[in-house]
Amino acid sequence: MLRFILQRLLWVPPTLIAISVVAFAIINLPPGDYVDRYALQAAAQGDVMTEAQKEALRITYGLDAPIPVQYVRWMSDMVLHGNFGWSFQHSRPVAEVIGERLGLTAILSIVTLTVTWMIAIPIGIYSAVRRYSIADYVFTSLGFFGLALPNFLLALALMYALFVFTGQSVGGLFSSQYADAPWSLGKVLDLLAHLWIPILVLGISGMASIIRTIRANLLDELRAPYLSAARAKGLPETWALLKYPVRHAMNPFVSGLNDVFVHIISGETIVAIVLGLETTGPLLFDALRNQDMFLAATLIMFLGILGMIGTLFSDVLLAWLDPRIRRQFTLVERRG
Amino acid sequence: MVAIDALSADVAPPAQSPASAVWRRFRRHRLGLAGLWVTVLLYVATIFVEILSPQAPDAYSTRYAYYPPQAIHLFRDGRFEPHVLGYKVQFDYASGTRSFVADPRAVVPLGLWVKGDEYRWLGLIPANRHLLGPVDPRQRVFFAGADRLGRDVLSRTIYAARVSMTIGLAGVALSLVLGVAIGGISGYAGGMTDQVIQRFIEFLQSLPSIPLWIGFAAAIPKDTPPLQTYFLISLVLSMLGWTGLARVVRGRFLAMKEEEFIKAAKLDGCSTMRILFRHMLPCFYSHIIAVITLAIPAMILAETSLSFLGIGLKAPVISWGVLLQEIQNIRSMYTAPWLFLPGAVVVFAVLALNFLGDGLRDAADPHGS
Repeated sequence: MLRFILQRLLWVPPTLIAISVVAFAIINLPPGDYVDRYALQAAAQGDVMTEAQKEALRITYGLDAPIPVQYVRWMSDMVLHGNFGWSFQHSRPVAEVIGERLGLTAILSIVTLTVTWMIAIPIGIYSAVRRYSIADYVFTSLGFFGLALPNFLLALALMYALFVFTGQSVGGLFSSQYADAPWSLGKVLDLLAHLWIPILVLGISGMASIIRTIRANLLDELRAPYLSAARAKGLPETWALLKYPVRHAMNPFVSGLNDVFVHIISGETIVAIVLGLETTGPLLFDALRNQDMFLAATLIMFLGILGMIGTLFSDVLLAWLDPRIRRQFTLVERRG
Repeated sequence: MVAIDALSADVAPPAQSPASAVWRRFRRHRLGLAGLWVTVLLYVATIFVEILSPQAPDAYSTRYAYYPPQAIHLFRDGRFEPHVLGYKVQFDYASGTRSFVADPRAVVPLGLWVKGDEYRWLGLIPANRHLLGPVDPRQRVFFAGADRLGRDVLSRTIYAARVSMTIGLAGVALSLVLGVAIGGISGYAGGMTDQVIQRFIEFLQSLPSIPLWIGFAAAIPKDTPPLQTYFLISLVLSMLGWTGLARVVRGRFLAMKEEEFIKAAKLDGCSTMRILFRHMLPCFYSHIIAVITLAIPAMILAETSLSFLGIGLKAPVISWGVLLQEIQNIRSMYTAPWLFLPGAVVVFAVLALNFLGDGLRDAADPHGS
């Protein structure tokens, strides 16, 4: 088991380097750089910059060097000094800008993930066991609907409905009086009161796919003879279900766990923009559009790391759940 | 696989081709059939958008800004005379708002195949007939209301179907080429090539997709002509589709390589290309079709999201995502809830395609119950 985890960990650094290269390449894909954008904005306000001024600005920001050199500088600063670079847009170090938002993003993702599972897994099991019951039809059609409904549209519809029924404009994660206040019990409660909307929006499509996967897998397993054997031995029905077929059916679900994780992080971007949440999604969106290079690259790196933690977590869980996978590795261990 | 199973499992004479076996299984899937019909209707509709829509999509008039939807009344004074009622504008000077009140005297008679705004059908044939509209071409009707510029929401939603429904096809076509080629090479060659390609696909799949699209879409210069933007966006969309397809194709190739009929073909001296395309690929046509049917709705959703964010297609191109930009703030949503119509149509179309894809997938699996 330990060896298995170590093996997976070995893959982390090369993947991270690959992600950072891709991130850097994407940001440099559009023509021009941040200085061009900045000059354009300045020109719109009647303040035309000369070429010399632009060049001076490029030198200050280190944008005058060729892109590979910029990449190496950024990487070495990050690895050696823990310095993620400078955000042009915010005129602050990238670490500060991201740090503010990372906590909320983490809370939102983790809570959404937990809520999604706690609701979707029992529903999926129920749907399979009571196949073609009314509840199964309801859940299955809701599942289809959840897959067809774009996240942002659900967010918009929810905002509209809440506005019509309560007369209040929802959005953000805090009420105005708590937005800049230090953390207190009131602020936490306020956060919880706002959090359910993004959780609902982000959770629905994830739930839909989990319910479908579990239902389909479990249906295959319910036909297996070992279940009849367990029943024949006199195991109580619930226990017989949970101990064998459900455990088996969770297997493909767990290996697909990472997809759900990446899905939530990705989906969060658009939903957060629509709902005006102060998470990393809108930050990345703005950074990419304004070519705020180091901010965008660092954010993509962070998302990549989160994704990898998700993969690692799902692999370990899979090994824990499935003795066959575990044994594969112990066999390798003995031989090697 | 399909062919062999069709012969052994369905002994009923005469022997069926794989395609007809799949079709027979598919016909039993009621939701799938419904999805098929709706999908076919939607794609046929994209050919006739000019005729189906009551108005030109860019005809605007500030007089009709946020004009509410007009319901069709079939009878008037006991006689069959389809019509809609116009609205009177009332100003509330106290609150400074204006409201629309139905005016029983402002009757707009409706007719089928009426003269209306001029158009060029498919951009070629000039005409002015519309399937349904006001008898008097000078009058205007808004079955689904108007937007902030007084443009007809229904007509715009119908026109948008042409772009949004086909961009999925274009994206899928691209990812199909990539997926089958790369997946095929990976599965057929095996060994080191396979390992490298698989690690690469895993890497691509582990990247968060939406930031990637945003990055790529932001890379498209703002002054790109609409048609080019369309193809570039479909290229961006196909980035998301091909990896999944490549994995399916690879898995199938790997499993099939060891089958007797492939060995037989090899011993017969068939070229690699012939084995790939004449012997292997036809065995999982139905699977590929199911996978791409399920990929189209994903791409439609992706286009809608990108355009909604303002980094996909842009006005004057009309797509569902572009139309949904109109409800970016709570005020316009509240003033004109009918602007949600394109969103409802997106859900409808995606549902239909999902049902169709699900049905096909079940039908393509010869071991399915």
